[in-house]
Amino acid sequence: MNKIYAVSAAPHVKQKISVSSVMWQVVMALVPALAVAVYFFGIQALMLSLYGVTAAVVTEGLIQKFRGVAVTVKDGSAVLTGLLVSFNINVAAPWWIPVVGAIFAIAIGKQVFGGLGFNVFNPALLARAFLVASWPTLMTSGWIPTNMNSLSGITNFADLSTKAQDLITSATPLGVAKTIRNIDFLGASDTSIVMNKLAEIATLKNLFWGNVGGVIGEVSVAALLIGAAFLAYKHIIEWRIPVSYISTVFVLTYIFGGVDGLFSASLLLPVFHVFAGGLMLGAFFMATDMVTSPVTKKGRIIFGIGCGLITVVIRLVGGYPEGVSYSILLMNIFVPLIDRFSIPKAFGEVKK
Amino acid sequence: MGLKTFPGGIHPHHSKKYSENASIEEMTLPKKVVIPLSQHIGAPAKPIVKVGDEVLVGQKIAEAGGFVSISMHSSISGKVSKIGKFHHPAGTMADAIEITGDGEDNWIELVDDSVEDLSIEELKKRISEAGVCGMGGAGFPTHVKLSPPAENPIDTVILNGVECEPYLTADYRIMLENAEEIIAGLKLLMSAVNASKGIIGVEANKPKAINHLKELTKNEPNIKVVGLKVKYPQGAEKQLIYAATKCKVPNKGGLPMAVGVVVQNVATAIAVYEAARYKKPLVERVITISGKIVKDPKNIKARVGTFYQDLLEYCGGTSSEIAKVISGGPMMGFAVPTLETPMTKTSSGVLLFDSKEAHKDDENTCLRCGRCVDVCPMNLVPSLIVNDVKYDDFDGALKYGALDCVKCGSCAYVCPSHIKLIQWIDIAKIKIAEKNRK
Ligand code: SF4
Ligand code: SF4
Repeated sequence: MNKIYAVSAAPHVKQKISVSSVMWQVVMALVPALAVAVYFFGIQALMLSLYGVTAAVVTEGLIQKFRGVAVTVKDGSAVLTGLLVSFNINVAAPWWIPVVGAIFAIAIGKQVFGGLGFNVFNPALLARAFLVASWPTLMTSGWIPTNMNSLSGITNFADLSTKAQDLITSATPLGVAKTIRNIDFLGASDTSIVMNKLAEIATLKNLFWGNVGGVIGEVSVAALLIGAAFLAYKHIIEWRIPVSYISTVFVLTYIFGGVDGLFSASLLLPVFHVFAGGLMLGAFFMATDMVTSPVTKKGRIIFGIGCGLITVVIRLVGGYPEGVSYSILLMNIFVPLIDRFSIPKAFGEVKK
Repeated sequence: MGLKTFPGGIHPHHSKKYSENASIEEMTLPKKVVIPLSQHIGAPAKPIVKVGDEVLVGQKIAEAGGFVSISMHSSISGKVSKIGKFHHPAGTMADAIEITGDGEDNWIELVDDSVEDLSIEELKKRISEAGVCGMGGAGFPTHVKLSPPAENPIDTVILNGVECEPYLTADYRIMLENAEEIIAGLKLLMSAVNASKGIIGVEANKPKAINHLKELTKNEPNIKVVGLKVKYPQGAEKQLIYAATKCKVPNKGGLPMAVGVVVQNVATAIAVYEAARYKKPLVERVITISGKIVKDPKNIKARVGTFYQDLLEYCGGTSSEIAKVISGGPMMGFAVPTLETPMTKTSSGVLLFDSKEAHKDDENTCLRCGRCVDVCPMNLVPSLIVNDVKYDDFDGALKYGALDCVKCGSCAYVCPSHIKLIQWIDIAKIKIAEKNRK
């Protein structure tokens, strides 16, 4: 009768959730996007992803061995980082690009800070920034069209000037949008025609399904939404960051997106901006990276709005067609500050 | 459906199926009981018997240690056999009085008064004499709750029939089987504080209890039975008050009386009724013995001071080896090292887990996922409190709300890194209190 039982602290029941279950579920949520990329760009999309993932896992394992800490590659977090690095790479890139990127992401982006939970920047985005700086041509040009021959998403352009046709067949959707912000490039009339074509239903459909050029993981809005819905259902991502991020982009590109001054764009232009480029991937899978986003509820909204703001500034006035990754990296810096300044009022806080 | 509730919270598996259909059984008299002197919030009671004294059931054996304290009564008839340290349901060793039974069940003399005629003074006196305290959790002395200062008039008495802790079904059973006494007790509580409204809050997953109580109160315009959304911790005092009245009890030590409310557990209402009508001290209560490995999970009416061992034996023991013994519910209860622990006035359950269920996880680093923030019913930032505690920054911990934590465990329940949030927050509470004392 005098048996002694082990005691432990409450709660004595816990949800079946762990770091690795979270990570693997995010990986699973990215599979549809990868599948669509393979569908439109061929098996190379998968191969590049596998190179990235393998490099990330091996790097993490080696560094952890070397540091003498527990090897945790099974928890899926290195797999996820490797996959996200590859998702930021052009399908036409050589095999070593994702490998170098993944090694950088794990070694510099994560382990230098002390491993999972301590990194300041989203490792995959940091690696992308490093790749863009080191091999700009490999990372930002040489886009290839899908197997349905769509690159910018605009598929009916026979009535346009050769110069406009060249642009449409050689640039990504955001590349086109960026170029024509310089009205002199195509002339006023072609600029407005192309502008309209960017935001017409046929183009948006291509963007939605993924029939456009771009980096591996970003092309299909539909596939990313499926993954995001799964994660939201599992309470792994929460609505505040993606919703505030995407709505900020929507509102700002509606106000400032047209080429003829404020509010000159159709309502479909903000839809184009939301669908095009890396916004969906960024808003649902990168900005929501747990370690590098605020924990407070208000903080998440501030963070999302900040990301949206910077994204739009870069897209509309900055030097690059796309601003998602830089905006998130920039906002990553402010996360500790945002958390400090968005402490919620406790339930029942006395109003003064 | 627009059921009333509070912000935040979690949905643990309720695991009530083991015992929810087991009618209350009165247990055979234990041969021995151990009555802890501290079963409540406030000063411990002071023994007024010595070893060798003969006692009757209901005889006072320890006097309240002050106003915020309660007296203790023997729960069996027999002889005081020891006064000293014994295991306590909170997992500690504490002062208690052991009584060895005489095999009889000889009670002190009880009365049978008409409760309507009692003056408020007499009513409160009887409640206090009977040693009644909150039977849902913390065990706050009931007569104290019923004596608010004049500047805090009470208009509503809420009875807590939520029982949101998984496994526990004791309150559910008394709502089905002793509803008349509960309602009578509620009326007494209302008249004790001059409240015009009475509310019985029950989680919507107990429709039988809700319908039964509604049926019995249909001619009582002042009493409302409110179905509440199934969500943990719906039964936490502040969350219950908010759900039922939309009033937020001020934090930083605010009490329900600040919003004109007194909350009592449904079991307490019965104890109040029995104290008022029969002058019967609180010496027995209904307790749930449950767990997957318990052969015959039951809701038992048992005497205060009965050992867990005896309760478990009455339920036929377990089908496989016990790895963990929990006093109370799995969310807020304490794991105790031995079955030689006595139940008290606040014991709502004893749970037995096997080694799989008692599974222990190691702490990982915080992922900053924010899940704890999303579920905290007090709207705190648990992860950042813990982070600050780890770096000895107790001012930071204070800012993120350490002192407002009600220890509901929701944060730890959802944490993927299995961080022992409540313990870290406890450290913060202790350190902040130490600092304030300086
Ligand atoms: S911090 Fe406290 S009140 Fe908030 S969920 Fe955790 S235990 Fe409950
Ligand atoms: S739930 Fe756990 S891992 Fe997530 S932020 Fe809170 S403490 Fe950190």
